[in-house]
Amino acid sequence: MSVGLVALAALMGAVTYPSRATPLLAPWVERLPAGARLYLRLVGPAVLSALAAADVMVGTAGGHPVFHVGIEWLAVAASVILVAWRRNLFLGLIVGVVLVAGARALGLA
Amino acid sequence: MSAQALPSGTSASLAASRRRLLVESAGIAISSGGFGLVYGLAARHAGFSPVEAVAMSVLVFAGASQFAAVGLVSGGLAWPGVVLVTALLNARHLLYSAALAPWLRHLGRGRRAAMAYVLTDESFALSIAHFQRIGHDDEVGYWIGAIASTWIPWNVMTLVGAALGGEVADPSRFGLDVVFPAAMAGLAVGLVTGRRELVAAVAGAGVAVPLGLAIGPTAGIVAGGLVGPLAGMLAGPRPAAEAGPGPRATLLDDARAAVDPPDEAGLP
Repeated sequence: MSVGLVALAALMGAVTYPSRATPLLAPWVERLPAGARLYLRLVGPAVLSALAAADVMVGTAGGHPVFHVGIEWLAVAASVILVAWRRNLFLGLIVGVVLVAGARALGLA
Repeated sequence: MSAQALPSGTSASLAASRRRLLVESAGIAISSGGFGLVYGLAARHAGFSPVEAVAMSVLVFAGASQFAAVGLVSGGLAWPGVVLVTALLNARHLLYSAALAPWLRHLGRGRRAAMAYVLTDESFALSIAHFQRIGHDDEVGYWIGAIASTWIPWNVMTLVGAALGGEVADPSRFGLDVVFPAAMAGLAVGLVTGRRELVAAVAGAGVAVPLGLAIGPTAGIVAGGLVGPLAGMLAGPRPAAEAGPGPRATLLDDARAAVDPPDEAGLP
């Protein structure tokens, strides 16, 4: 059984833990400038949307990035609409997965 | 060891507040378990072994970055890129930690260091509400919120998903490949609480795609994650103009603005 990615997990943990612990252990971080706090607040939506958009819109062909259009767009759009409407991420994921699975089962994608 | 009291305006009894905390934790635990299962399945689909999938849940314990890592690793991204994206995604924990620090500063460093390991969107939201209800901190309450609501269900169901994932011959047939982008987009929606967040999200995606096409997905994602917040900052009044009554109130507001809404909770 492969264990190579355990080292990656350890590295990810190593860069995550300081953001959780530093202010608790070094209270001076409480006094971060307002601009820095605002930037941190906005990193989440920016990174997450960048990840989602790059995943569904950028594919690869012959080792080069290419613009991709597919059923995944519709699935992600449906998830986003459901999350915005019902405030329920899990429901959004289920609907997205069912949409893609259904389209593939019917030979539409 | 005495509890740290901070002005809160309310003081429910400790027992009553802990009961409420348990009920809230149970609700989140169901959702967290569901996400853990999906993560385990997605990780196996991406080629992770069960040991690797579970190790990531235990060592990182941060759902969004774990889903991101699954997608990025399966896409062939080099480890430094995965680690950088992880650091960016999890930087929001600074806000939660800083908001909790005044309540917990009387505890020993070792205890605070241990508490930091299980600090997630959920444990922050549950514990800060609990502390404010009772008017002081409660270490037992913190552990209840962190362990019962998220750590146990997330890790147990990761193991279940990783074990079941190997039995699925062609996961893309079941649409599991869309879990990653749908989870990322859904989480982004959950974090959009105002115009600035919306602009940051749109700018992040708007930078990631063209740069991803021109240079590569990694460069696009990192650039989107770095430039998006700057665009968001330009989309509203200066931060000082939004300041609350004091440093702690402002910090708490920032942390609350960064946390997932409660009914989307479950992803550590």
